[in-house]
Amino acid sequence: MVMRSLHQLLDFSASQFPDKVALEEAESGSITYSQLAGLSDRLRDRLFQLGVQPGDRVGICMRKSCDAVASIFGIMKAGAAYVPVDPTAPASRNAFIFHNCAVKVLLVEARLTEALRLEFYQVGFAPEIIVIEGTGAGVSLIKALDQLDAVSPAASVASAAPDPSRLAYILYTSGSTGRPKGVMLSHSNAACFVDWCSDVFQPTEHDRFSSHAPFHFDLSVLDIYVSLKHGAALVLVEEQLGKEPARLAPWIAKKKITVWYSAPSILSLLTQFGKLEQNDYSSLRLVLFAGEVFPIKYLKLLKSLWPRPHYFNLYGPTETNVCTFYEVPQQIPEFQTEPVPIGKACPYCEPLVVNEVGNEVARGAEGELCIAGPSVMQGYWSLPDKTANAFLPGHKKRWYRTGDIVRELADGNYKFLGRRDRMIKKRGYRIELGEIEAALYRYPAIKEAAVLAFPDDEGVPITAFASTRDGSKLSIIELKKFCSENLPLYMVPDHFCFFESLPKTSTDKIDYQSLKEMRRDSGLGGLVQ
Amino acid sequence: MNAQDIITPTKTFILNEYLPGEDPAGLTDTTPLMTTGILDSIAVLKLVTFLEKQFGITIEPHEAVVENLNTLSDMAGLVMSKKPSSPTAG
Repeated sequence: MVMRSLHQLLDFSASQFPDKVALEEAESGSITYSQLAGLSDRLRDRLFQLGVQPGDRVGICMRKSCDAVASIFGIMKAGAAYVPVDPTAPASRNAFIFHNCAVKVLLVEARLTEALRLEFYQVGFAPEIIVIEGTGAGVSLIKALDQLDAVSPAASVASAAPDPSRLAYILYTSGSTGRPKGVMLSHSNAACFVDWCSDVFQPTEHDRFSSHAPFHFDLSVLDIYVSLKHGAALVLVEEQLGKEPARLAPWIAKKKITVWYSAPSILSLLTQFGKLEQNDYSSLRLVLFAGEVFPIKYLKLLKSLWPRPHYFNLYGPTETNVCTFYEVPQQIPEFQTEPVPIGKACPYCEPLVVNEVGNEVARGAEGELCIAGPSVMQGYWSLPDKTANAFLPGHKKRWYRTGDIVRELADGNYKFLGRRDRMIKKRGYRIELGEIEAALYRYPAIKEAAVLAFPDDEGVPITAFASTRDGSKLSIIELKKFCSENLPLYMVPDHFCFFESLPKTSTDKIDYQSLKEMRRDSGLGGLVQ
Repeated sequence: MNAQDIITPTKTFILNEYLPGEDPAGLTDTTPLMTTGILDSIAVLKLVTFLEKQFGITIEPHEAVVENLNTLSDMAGLVMSKKPSSPTAG
């Protein structure tokens, strides 16, 4: 099938496998392909009635559920781009995102509505809001649409004509200036990756994909579209379950997951706390991971506990989708202490490694990885300067600068060496340390703030260094509470260190290098006076 | 065993492990710990191990949830539900 728009994948599978289960939820039941297609059609009709047109944006703020997946497809069928946010993030952050890209309609769970309305009111923003009473198996979305139909029926309309260049979704990632930025991706940006997954992973209607990543995270693109393209079942991992290895491990076995995809951090936790030797994982045929470096000791351990599946490291920022891949060998050499490489470019991508001034480096030399090709984003929403800076200047071809420093190994695989900027990856999430600093500066007693991350085998702990206006030390509890009200939980610093004033460079900027050394010297628990 | 017998050592554990240098008075029986990021998911796993060892109980995976572990008071409730109080003398 030649696919031009992502929502056609669902309709195609619904015609092939109407009665097959498309989505399963942990406790709230399931939905078949024909039901999912029908529900997304109903939402499309309602959105059309509300005036949504091709090119518009529609927001989604709800728990991962059948309702959320039906919403995604309904929005794309209406020709709009979906904008999913983290329902557990502070309302102020989510409201900023929806206001920033001017969503025309917003689908939101009832429990989250009031806080968002309040934020919108303060900035004079008034999108149409479809309130859904809870989520689960699509029942609540059906109820919400029934209620709207009772007042004003929505006529059935055709889906928007497929247009591969149209925006399919906008994913907001952490922004260095303290505001998230929206990565705009078109149907064709995602489609080339989805088609490549079909070739490499050979999914079938008998597969059972996990959906561990939240929908505002780009790992969900593989989960949703690759599984539904092939008539497989997508088994949704509820957010809390996804963090608890002791419950998650037997769940993976019981659900007979065949394709697992997640950030490495939860796989590391599964090896340590999942008692993986106790259950039968013979259904698993693929373990895919992406989003951060997988500590080699836990990857080795996982392979010893789950020896059967094939393992792939998929690499790529949200801006390019997956652009390199590496199949982990069946046997990782005992002496290997380095993480596995990020691999070679996917066939739809062109790689280029450049030095600080943007010139290509000699093969095998260190440099920044740039990517061109059909998976590369359209740009950042409403940020033309940032978009321009994201690409190599002076080239006709759009070379996206990943910010990742790599080196090509003798066998042609790329090895990830680090970042050229202050972005980190924690549990697969992109975090601009500057966004945390910006939040800390909003705490009235803080005079100066600097945030650094110190990755180790156990994770990526974040340390905030701060000085206060009156020289006193602050309550860590109060600061963490404040951060949790202003940032997603994964951005809340793990440690705080207080100083009378932060060290400065000769140009009077905060001296991050000195802070790194001071932390190393302190051996860090939490507080350095 | 009463709630305070559970809260006191658990509070010490949390202060030492995750809040070094914090004024102990800042950590009350009702300070939310999981919903504020004071305890992240790995910290919760270590806390569960601590509670199991310290009080000789087993916490099932489905019990290691925010409803049971968000505050010191919640933790005391969980532990006490697993340790029936000793029969009263007399």
